[in-house]
Amino acid sequence: MHLDPLFLSRLQFALTIGFHFLFPPLTIGLAWLLVFVEWRGWRRGDEDCVRAGKFFGKILGLTFAVGVATGIVMEFQFGTNWAEYSKYVGDIFGAPLAAEAIFAFFLESAFLGLYLFGRGKVSKGVHWFSSLMVAFGSMLSAFWIIVANSWQQTPAGYAIRNGRAELTDFWAAVFNPSTADRFLHTFVGCLIAGAFLMAGVSAYLVLKNRGAQVGRKTLKISLIFGLIVSLLALFPTGDHHAKQVARTQPEKFAAIEGLIHGQTRAPLTVFGIPSEEPPELKLDIGIPGMLSMLAFGDADAYVPGIEDLREAGHPTPPFVITFVSFHTMVGLGTFFILLTALGVFLLLRNKLYETRWYLKLLLWVIPLPLIACQLGWIVAEVGRQPWVVYRLLKTEDAYSANVTGGEVLFSIIMFGLIYLLLGVLYVFILVRKVKHGPELLPAKEAR
Amino acid sequence: MDLNAAWFLLIWILFAGYAILDGFDLGVGVLHLFARDDRQRRIHMNAIGPIWDGNEVWLLTAAGALFAAFPPVYATVFSGFYLALMLVLFALIFRAVSMEFRGQVDRPGWRRVWDWSFGLGSLVPAIIFGVAVGNILRGLPIEADGTLNVPFLALLNPYALLIGILSLVMFVMHGAAFLAVKTEGDLQQRMARWTIGAWMAFVVLYLAATLATFFVSPFVFEGVFGNPLFWVFFLLLLGAIIYVPIANRARKFLRAFLASAVTIAAMIGLTATSLFPRMVPSSLDLASSLTIYNASSTPRTLTVMLVIALIGMPLVIGYTACIYKVFMGKVVITDESY
Repeated sequence: MHLDPLFLSRLQFALTIGFHFLFPPLTIGLAWLLVFVEWRGWRRGDEDCVRAGKFFGKILGLTFAVGVATGIVMEFQFGTNWAEYSKYVGDIFGAPLAAEAIFAFFLESAFLGLYLFGRGKVSKGVHWFSSLMVAFGSMLSAFWIIVANSWQQTPAGYAIRNGRAELTDFWAAVFNPSTADRFLHTFVGCLIAGAFLMAGVSAYLVLKNRGAQVGRKTLKISLIFGLIVSLLALFPTGDHHAKQVARTQPEKFAAIEGLIHGQTRAPLTVFGIPSEEPPELKLDIGIPGMLSMLAFGDADAYVPGIEDLREAGHPTPPFVITFVSFHTMVGLGTFFILLTALGVFLLLRNKLYETRWYLKLLLWVIPLPLIACQLGWIVAEVGRQPWVVYRLLKTEDAYSANVTGGEVLFSIIMFGLIYLLLGVLYVFILVRKVKHGPELLPAKEAR
Repeated sequence: MDLNAAWFLLIWILFAGYAILDGFDLGVGVLHLFARDDRQRRIHMNAIGPIWDGNEVWLLTAAGALFAAFPPVYATVFSGFYLALMLVLFALIFRAVSMEFRGQVDRPGWRRVWDWSFGLGSLVPAIIFGVAVGNILRGLPIEADGTLNVPFLALLNPYALLIGILSLVMFVMHGAAFLAVKTEGDLQQRMARWTIGAWMAFVVLYLAATLATFFVSPFVFEGVFGNPLFWVFFLLLLGAIIYVPIANRARKFLRAFLASAVTIAAMIGLTATSLFPRMVPSSLDLASSLTIYNASSTPRTLTVMLVIALIGMPLVIGYTACIYKVFMGKVVITDESY
């Protein structure tokens, strides 16, 4: 049997990044919510917030540990599986990774230790500051990794010399055309994931009447926060990100929107059944002119389609997976807005804590923002294919030629087994922690 | 000193920082396999609990900096050491989660599983890091065009394995010296004895390794005796390694630990000095070696990175030191402990 190291390396990258990317959104979102909760605990002396901080702090610690464990792999994998890529882009791509480690990883991991273990050992103000640094560090980490990814999507600040991409302008490479839009949209997605985790867990506490006083408080905080960030995911961040893709990566834009033939007054497809080779969309429902309007601010603007781009010599990404992922993500995002809006409505009518079906629903939708994050990532990465660096380097030319298919197969099987185990244990321990609930007695503080 | 040499220095400082800081975490993990009871095991984990994660970041930073400053070295070595690095990754994953998972369920079987995973997750990297250094010192079969194909079993040659055991023993010495600082009573006594035992093994193995290097890679010694840096590191190593048992016997455990840290730094310094300006020597033809000049990023990238490092690292060292200060003192098990 011939084992294709290219295919296997792609599969392994998808597996390892996909699994890893389940955890950072939760830690980033939860960390920022905890900054607020701990602030109320410290400044207002709110005992419930202090207990909530301890309770959700433990969940943050658990999630962070799995995120760190799976994140180390990413720092090595470019070299192990993508040696040709690393040689080609190292002059540019390595810097954001190193900056991420120096500015962000150290910050978040050093202060996470202080946050989790330092309660009572340092003053309350310093303790709060440590929660802020964890949140800030995790956000910075997301920023730098998205700088690196965005450079692959919309390379800038470079010149091709000596058979590789060489840096000519650092700031142009960092703030390349897609960095800001991609970062803001991803960051908001992470905040939604954290808000839904806190809301779901809080709903459980209220339902089971276990530390319900704490649960009501964090439910309120996370629902209001969840509504705000769900709206932000649509507008302005989602809207701007889509406009930027339309400007900078027409192939990806045509695929996510399901536009086969270029046209003026292009319709916004709300629904359609896509198929591959030739790319087709059946039973599609669209709003005429809306896509031209959304992408270029003019209903009469011309939007190129998949076929036109192919004719112009630009390879296009796999259509079905890009289209379906994008539309499912948008659908989920819309659902998040409706769900959190309903929660805030119930809160204002003072019915939230008694509406049991709604609280149960909150518990079951915890994974949905993570699925939306995964889908967004799939849109970004699959939508860039066949390029690993857009219009510069193809994925098929980027893998490590000196690593055999058998070796990669071995590591995939190992990663698969280990990650399955980690996933099961993470959920198992998370459920135990949640069932245990926050401390019943008012928290004692050493100082 | 030119930019490339500055980055050679910085990369080795990052690796040395990793070896010193995460080195004692790895040593503690290996010693965990020999712990007597649950209380000792909890003390082990809680001794490094608040700080191990920050220590591991040194490895990520070193890898990231290597990628940025010397992309061909990063790409060639990491893909060349594919299976070895995968084993390190699997081990580090298990080490990271076992501390978090172990205390969650109060059943002996559950705890035993995570004790083993923590111990082996520390043992495997402690050996493989040494094996990797051994193979680099020995030279790798890098072709003239920079390609490297080396089967996994070829990495497990006797010389590299000797260096692997040396690094294991070194980390055990370092971990025991650290635990002696963090514990009291019986456990402290035990750790003081472990420090001495590992120290003796380290001295014997270090002499053997130096002798072996003389035969395996004579080029490593070319010209180094005229290099003042070599003598600085040599004297530091000599002083520190002699001081470890003296301080240990006098029950000045913090000093013994610091001497162990200096030992590691000096040993890595000697290795770096003798490799310079090569990053990875080629065993086929020394002229095909990856050096700091033929395998570097552009001067612009090296400059940008230097600015990043010079702004970032003092901050890192500053707040890391403050946080270490908070967690100084003996390990006390509380509700928030593992």
